[in-house]
Amino acid sequence: MRRRTRLLIPLLAAGLIAACSGGGGTPTQGPQAGTAVAPGGGGGSFPRNETLYTSGTQWGPPANWNPLREWDFATGTKGLVYETLFLYDPNTDKLTPWLAESGDWTSDTEYTLKLRQGITWADGKPLTAADVAFTFELGKMETVPYHPVWSWLKSAEAVDDLTVKFTFTEANYQQWANNLYSRAIVPKHIWEGRSEDEVMNGVNEKPVGTGPYAYQSHDQDRMVWVKRDGWWATKALGKDVKPKYIVDIVNSSNEVAMGMLLQKGLDLSTNFLPGMANLVKGNFGIQTYYNEPPFMLPANTAWLWLNTTKKPMDDVAFRKAVAYSVDTKKIVEGVYGNLVKASSPTGLLPQWDKYIDQSVVSRLGFSYDPDKAKKLLADAGYKDGDGDGYVESPTGSKISLKLIVPAGWTDWMEASRVISAGAKAVGINVEADFPDYNALVDSRNSGKYDMVINNDKQLSNTPWLYYDYIFRLPVQKLQTVTNFGRYESKKGWGLTQQLDAVKPDDVAGMQKITSQLQEVQLEEMPVIPLWYNGLWSQTTNSVWKNWPSSAQGTPKYAPTVWRNWLEMGGVLMLTELQPAAG
Amino acid sequence: MRRYFGRKLLIYGLTFFVAVTINWSIPRFMPGDPVQSMLSRANISQPEAVEAMRVHYTNLFGLDLPLWKQYLNFWGALLKGDLGISIWLFPTPVTDVIVRAVPYTLALLIPAILLSWVAGNRFGAFAARRTWLDNTVLPVGYVLTATPYMWLAILLAWALGIVAGIFPVAGAYSFAMEPSWSPAFLASLAQHWFLPFASLFLVAFGGWAIGMRNMIIYELEADYVHYLEALGASRRLVRRYAFRNAILPQITGLALQLGVLVAGALVTEIVFSYPGLGHLILQAIQNQDFFLLQGTFLFVVIGVLIANFVIDIVYVLVDPRTRTGMGGAA
Repeated sequence: MRRRTRLLIPLLAAGLIAACSGGGGTPTQGPQAGTAVAPGGGGGSFPRNETLYTSGTQWGPPANWNPLREWDFATGTKGLVYETLFLYDPNTDKLTPWLAESGDWTSDTEYTLKLRQGITWADGKPLTAADVAFTFELGKMETVPYHPVWSWLKSAEAVDDLTVKFTFTEANYQQWANNLYSRAIVPKHIWEGRSEDEVMNGVNEKPVGTGPYAYQSHDQDRMVWVKRDGWWATKALGKDVKPKYIVDIVNSSNEVAMGMLLQKGLDLSTNFLPGMANLVKGNFGIQTYYNEPPFMLPANTAWLWLNTTKKPMDDVAFRKAVAYSVDTKKIVEGVYGNLVKASSPTGLLPQWDKYIDQSVVSRLGFSYDPDKAKKLLADAGYKDGDGDGYVESPTGSKISLKLIVPAGWTDWMEASRVISAGAKAVGINVEADFPDYNALVDSRNSGKYDMVINNDKQLSNTPWLYYDYIFRLPVQKLQTVTNFGRYESKKGWGLTQQLDAVKPDDVAGMQKITSQLQEVQLEEMPVIPLWYNGLWSQTTNSVWKNWPSSAQGTPKYAPTVWRNWLEMGGVLMLTELQPAAG
Repeated sequence: MRRYFGRKLLIYGLTFFVAVTINWSIPRFMPGDPVQSMLSRANISQPEAVEAMRVHYTNLFGLDLPLWKQYLNFWGALLKGDLGISIWLFPTPVTDVIVRAVPYTLALLIPAILLSWVAGNRFGAFAARRTWLDNTVLPVGYVLTATPYMWLAILLAWALGIVAGIFPVAGAYSFAMEPSWSPAFLASLAQHWFLPFASLFLVAFGGWAIGMRNMIIYELEADYVHYLEALGASRRLVRRYAFRNAILPQITGLALQLGVLVAGALVTEIVFSYPGLGHLILQAIQNQDFFLLQGTFLFVVIGVLIANFVIDIVYVLVDPRTRTGMGGAA
């Protein structure tokens, strides 16, 4: 008894001390509390009402502003500083002329591009056709990401100041359309004379672009862009970006992002924040694109890859059984709380709905159906001979597979547990396993894995990129970006190449091929589509309003500043924002 | 004296060599290939382009050489003060990345270590044998010292940051500011520094207070204390003598604790996304950035060794017995 009280006194005291110090802290800290809550409260260089705070795109301290390093330049380098010839609007599936005024196929293998008049670089020099030709010619260097263009592009020449003529040996229309809005145009007068090493590995500290923003400053945890006077679109299109400063805060953790969003220190968070559904419904002043499930626009498809070079994944019946065993609804509701949507059996994003052949889907599509999965297994000779609850292969060897997702990707880890449970329920022994990201990439690329989830391919102007992802041949020693399942379908790859040769405005022609591709895909099941990941985006109205949303009278652009998304609507979103006060 | 320090230096030299070698080899034996990981984040659609870039960067980072050659090159470059180029923050030199992060880590660590040590010892000594205080200090100290740094940090961030809204939860200074010497900026710096500092301080404080309290009680039972008391020395005087004797193990303890404190600081930085070394180490591991990892660990190793060396010297200064011992030997 004595012992007890001796312990209790100090605990009480500790509580009191904590309470006192907490209480005592408030008055002294009072005046500063404002600054903590709203980062622009007082004394800052960036007035709160002129600044857009965002986070979710930058995964490390900004290290370079080199638009050719498409994967690790400070986000905004392309889109805010350097611009593209066209923008792509996912809603209407149209390319919008941007730096270009127009572009046309003047013959089957010749594309003529007209530039907009009166566009100037930040240093005052005019943008000319020579800059465009130069940018594409940089691709002749082997380490430039768009180097492969030159295997089918013959020449890019400036005909006059505003006209560029591209001549092709083989016209890959779909890929070309993708290039038109993905390549950042760089000024020839500055980049000329840089060696390959400088071009690809240079920091490019003072980026000179045509875009609405310029470099202001950066630190380890932030990137600051400042609005530039004389952006061409203000005069030419009457568009003007509203925030004077954009402060892009480097991602740390979801908790920190959530905390800052709740403190109204962020105007736009493009992090994946679990449980966002509750915050949108509750009264926290946070909005998403839809105010009901799935809350977000879809951005990419998460796929379950099966390594078809390993038994029993080389058997189509087995792959189909796995497909029927996945309880996608449970992932969507249980793991994501309805923040995502289940994928179509084709895996094509909703923006590509018109390319989905519903008759093929209703004939060959799959859905969660454990009984069907069991039947498929039994018909193909997979039986549980030793009574351990799991089937063996028709030859009698045990099946034990691992589904890998990167450690720490909590939502995917949960999803993979659901998939594993579903597979086990139909008798397939699949264990979820969480290696470190680097180890996962290594075993995925070299084909040493059993099953892996991947969502690398993003929404774009063409479903061709998805079919390229699924069917690309030949299979290399390292499969770095496509066909992780190492599945060899000559028919599928042949059709994919045919699709590339169809002009993007020939929708009927594309549909004819995509329908056949869907047939091949669903019959041979090289990969299993799971769900559509969202274009994670949470906004607050305290400083900026008129965010894109599904509500009437609001802009419909992609509410994001993600890498490669500024030219898919992000910049236009910035021009539509309005200050909340006044 | 010279022999004592000579031997110490030799040991430090050996430790340095072994530690650096381990730091060099561990990341290289982790599964995965940093260049491939970097490129798979790149989201480039064309396999041919990826392959060309893979070859280019593997060569650029010297990762295509045999391991023994990479190791020799590493020492060669290190002796020239070149830590290589970060893969994660390409093309920033690792030295630059570290130099930018070190002030933040030091600003957290040095005050936390010294203040918690001084305050903890004072408080522990003060509390020993004072029944009421002792009953409080002991359990509170135990709770504090047993608390994982990270957990306390999260608690503080939640309570004082999110709920009370007094302190910010991320960054080194307000996102609305640019570095300058203005009072507003310094205030913002201090405000962002406080919580990470407090969580480090509190945990360490608890440990020192307990240690000191126990040592004092032990010393108060010693013969010399009884002798002093018998001579009628005042309580204050007795305690002062006891404190002097009790502080010695605490100094040794400080040397031992340094490594733990550094590790604690790293975790705390991650919780508060405070842009110091801890943050870098986590990112370097996640991105398998060999060079950054080597660099940051090198810095930590050197830091801990120097601190130990300083403590060795301090020990000689505060404990006359070691001086006499060395004098006899030399």
